[in-house]
Amino acid sequence: MNWLPNTLLFFAAWLAVFAQTQFAPVAGLLGAPLCIVPALVVYAALTSNIAVTTGLVLFAGLALDSLSANRLGASLPPLFVVGLLVHARQHLILRDQVYAQVWLGIGAGWAVPLGTQTLLSMVRPEPISGWPTLWHLVLGAALNGAMCPLCFVLFGRLRDAFDYKPVVESSFRPDRQIKRGRS
Amino acid sequence: MSKRAHNLAIGIVAVLVLVVLNLPPATAGRVKLAFAGLFLPLFGIAGSGQSFVDRASYALLTRSTLISEVERLRKENADLRLAALQAQGALAENARLRASLGWTPKAPWKRRAARVVGREPTTFWRNITIDVGARDGMQVNQAVLTGDGLVGRIRDVGTTQSQVALIGDPDCGVSVIIAETRDNAVIQEARSAAIGDGYVTLRTLQNSPDILAGHQVLTSGLGGVFPRDIPVGRIVDTRAVDGGLYTEARVKLAANLNRLEEVWVLTP
Repeated sequence: MNWLPNTLLFFAAWLAVFAQTQFAPVAGLLGAPLCIVPALVVYAALTSNIAVTTGLVLFAGLALDSLSANRLGASLPPLFVVGLLVHARQHLILRDQVYAQVWLGIGAGWAVPLGTQTLLSMVRPEPISGWPTLWHLVLGAALNGAMCPLCFVLFGRLRDAFDYKPVVESSFRPDRQIKRGRS
Repeated sequence: MSKRAHNLAIGIVAVLVLVVLNLPPATAGRVKLAFAGLFLPLFGIAGSGQSFVDRASYALLTRSTLISEVERLRKENADLRLAALQAQGALAENARLRASLGWTPKAPWKRRAARVVGREPTTFWRNITIDVGARDGMQVNQAVLTGDGLVGRIRDVGTTQSQVALIGDPDCGVSVIIAETRDNAVIQEARSAAIGDGYVTLRTLQNSPDILAGHQVLTSGLGGVFPRDIPVGRIVDTRAVDGGLYTEARVKLAANLNRLEEVWVLTP
């Protein structure tokens, strides 16, 4: 069942991208749609291999662009850079610490929309930018900062439930048991 | 091994990004809408859920509410019948005058109803997705409107869905005319992608101090995308820009872009 947590990660990305296009009243109230894909990429980069991280980036990035007016592929470079950087430093990051997860989520939630907008600004038509864009960055950073530890909790439980358990070997051996008294 | 895997991943993503970013717009649009097909089951579930909620809310309405609503609709229907009768008279007169002048008669609008199934997932654009596509005869650049006024134009067409660029999007320029002063102007892209604000900026082709708050803005028919005389909105305030060379005005849109549920697509 090792494939199941990774499959569920892709499933979560599929739902997250779709959810971004729905709940218009919530997005209208907050002033920006809610995007948690960067948090999912950070989680994948910290817990999976580079193939899964790259696959998730390609799937989520293309899915996001297909439902948006973005140029196809514009979301891929920022998402991939975040995933690659986090994966390359995977062994140095204290990934079990909540504060590390929060700060990585904040960084990714801020960097991905900023990178995408910078990339889109290089070609015409240029995207809309202004004060709401800054609010979008702040909201994205805060949301992904909160979602990243939540991803660790939820997917951690899934991994615990479905991954193969390591065989626990006891040092007890019946043939070495000291038997006291006369037999 | 790890470094080799990283280099391989970088190579794959770089090649893919270069390929998809350089696709011709028409091909990119088709690929996008084909990829968006992955979400059709979710769009279906969301649509069924919405209609279930609607039906459930209808069941909860009291009889007195329904009776008062029927009364209101009867009155509105009578008013509209009267207005339609007057309009038919004016239309016949207009057709006679056009015929006497030798002008081509105005073709009536044909329209196709569509449901809004998705909104733009970023703040970079003003965009919605509707549930009609090439299968229903949709084409790029067809005008989209509600009973209140203009909404935008079709940007990309897929088999079963289309993307609509809303007024204020950088990809949806609208040539308009001020009904009272007959000044030509252009709706510029919005400074904010938050569609809830419902305002866009208009710039006239020359300084026009006669434009006042409350004046009506209609499509001019120039540019060939939108038919003329579709209501766009009303002027809220004006100011002179570029040393008084042009007039810029804020326009409150007639259609509420934040609460779009059903729209009409004008077909040829």
